[in-house]
Amino acid sequence: MSSLIEFRDVCKLYHMGEYTVSAADHISMSINKGEFVAIVGQSGSGKSTCMNIIGCLHVPTSGTYLLDGRDVGSMNRNELAAIRNELLGFIFQQYNLMPKLNLLENVEIPLMYAGMPKAERRARAKEVLEQVGLGDKVKHRPSELSGGQQQRVSIARALAGRPAVILADEPTGALDSRTSREVINMLRQLNEQGNTVVLITHDNSIAVQAQRIIRLEDGHVIYDGDAHAPEAVVTPHLAGGETA
Amino acid sequence: MNFLETFKLALKNIASSKMRSFLTMLGIIIGVCAVIVIVGLGNGMSNYIQDSFADIGTNMLQVQVMGRGTSRRAPEEDMYAIMDANPDCLDQLSPLVSMYEPVKVGSETYKRTSVAGVSEDYFAMLGYGVEQGRGLEYMDVVNRSNICVVGKYVSDTYYGGAAVGESIKVGSTRLEIVGVLEQDAEEMEEGGNDDYVYLPYSTASRVSHTGTFGSYAVTVHTEEQAAQGKKAIEDGLYKIYGDTNAYAVVSVVELIDIMTSMVNTVMVVLTIIAAISLVVGGIGIMNIMLVSVTERTREIGIRKALGAREGTILQQFVIEAATTSAIGGVIGIGLGYVLSAVATQLIAMLMQESMTVTPSSAAVLTAFGVSAGIGVLFGYLPARKAARLNPIEALRYD
Ligand SMILES: Nc1ncnc2c1ncn2[C@@H]1O[C@H](COP(=O)(O)OP(=O)(O)O)[C@@H](O)[C@H]1O
Ligand SMILES: [Mg+2]
Repeated sequence: MSSLIEFRDVCKLYHMGEYTVSAADHISMSINKGEFVAIVGQSGSGKSTCMNIIGCLHVPTSGTYLLDGRDVGSMNRNELAAIRNELLGFIFQQYNLMPKLNLLENVEIPLMYAGMPKAERRARAKEVLEQVGLGDKVKHRPSELSGGQQQRVSIARALAGRPAVILADEPTGALDSRTSREVINMLRQLNEQGNTVVLITHDNSIAVQAQRIIRLEDGHVIYDGDAHAPEAVVTPHLAGGETA
Repeated sequence: MNFLETFKLALKNIASSKMRSFLTMLGIIIGVCAVIVIVGLGNGMSNYIQDSFADIGTNMLQVQVMGRGTSRRAPEEDMYAIMDANPDCLDQLSPLVSMYEPVKVGSETYKRTSVAGVSEDYFAMLGYGVEQGRGLEYMDVVNRSNICVVGKYVSDTYYGGAAVGESIKVGSTRLEIVGVLEQDAEEMEEGGNDDYVYLPYSTASRVSHTGTFGSYAVTVHTEEQAAQGKKAIEDGLYKIYGDTNAYAVVSVVELIDIMTSMVNTVMVVLTIIAAISLVVGGIGIMNIMLVSVTERTREIGIRKALGAREGTILQQFVIEAATTSAIGGVIGIGLGYVLSAVATQLIAMLMQESMTVTPSSAAVLTAFGVSAGIGVLFGYLPARKAARLNPIEALRYD
């Protein structure tokens, strides 16, 4: 079975004047269709960098990233925009909804950029909003909703384009523990329905909800395996202090 | 995302911050409004000039013979000879002797009443009709008769409407009134076209101490012959005087052209100034759009993450700028029409002359096109800035 996401020796360097930060340092890993993977690590470990590469928001400095078999590294900005639209559903920590648009219009945005006709777009947006339990609020503005509800809208928006990968960056970062659980359960549910979910978080208790954990530290993968193995949640300074 | 949707999105964004949108548009509104009013004024003035001269008749030439040296010759025979030599274009002739002696009715003196010595053809040349009595006749000129024809204002005001048979004094000369002209101006007034005394030019040159000599009114058969007639008279006068400075011939058509082109020159200058204000308005739009791009960095980042191409973002911002500017243009056009109407009223009130400030539809279309174009032009730079934003930086931006 070919993998949906494949990193081969992916490096990402940031140049900060005289310094060069290696935010991703020879990362190799692969994620198959239908998996629920959590990428964990402390702040500064390279999670966002990984997420941006997976999300085709930028390309690796070196190494190869294959998404659904396509080499993202060789794509131009318009091709990247098109592949984001087609294959990826983003869920952000701050929801990132458009305050002036109602829920329907918010969910329609990726469909609009995909060139879907208006009637079909409407119907699809309604359908996914119902799926996340907001079918009765489609004409509301995001500001009229609670944080948890807003995050569900952003889940609906991510789902609308039927992407190959749902990419959630700290989706619970701005939520209390009860609503966090709700959102995670929703992601699990989506995974059970066959969606591939990649969850980025610094929180072990959230990460263990996934099937598999990829733990990063200083741009390296220091663990990649079952989320329920005891090594998956060991505190980083005990596990890999010598790399610091 | 098609054009219509992008346009609707632009309208939504403009409507969501009305005050700012209005301020953004203000430069365009003022610029367009200025262009509309200025062009309207120009049109109004041209029309006014045309109308004023149409009274005199566009087939009219005015001839001034200064002669040479100090001789105060009144060579009407020469002029009549020129007329006879060019019957194909020249139609009628009247010497014009303006007199500045005051008019007396009984013991009252009226200084504002105009007095002119003219030929028997003069009323026909100007299209004046005789209401009572008779007009001037050839024999009056030959005999240098002490008779005159008065305007309706004179008859109505000083003779109770029955002036024929009465007498009037010009300076120290007593004249018998033989006719009254039809009313000419819409409203008769003192010193106007109807407050006139016309006597035979031969009588005028005999009795006048202050009159001017050497002025002639000549008509051509049709307006198109104005230039030809002018040339014929000039050639004739040159043969007599051998000096182009001894006479001047001006056609009314030519006068209209000269004045219209003067008005046009002034209007072009004013329009350029107004156009500069449009450019300033465009820079205003660019400013606000640049601010708006910075403010909406996050929105742009989200849109790009969700699959918006650079071209799509560029289009969104350009259309938003163009829409803002075009709305400003439409408001400016509306305001321009309102101000034109106000100006028309003001002119009527202040100058007792009616001049209609008429904005032309060409100006309106141009103003609209230019304002939308300015939006595109000055919206492009901010839009390109938006389109080029790095989505990661944009998403991180707070
Ligand atoms: N745009 C950037 N410019 C310079 N350094 C960066 C940039 N983004 C991330 N880094 C650096 O790369 C490393 C990894 O960052 P990041 O991927 O954001 O980690 P995390 O999301 O796990 O906190 C950090 O040391 C960070 O300072
Ligand atoms: Mg991060």
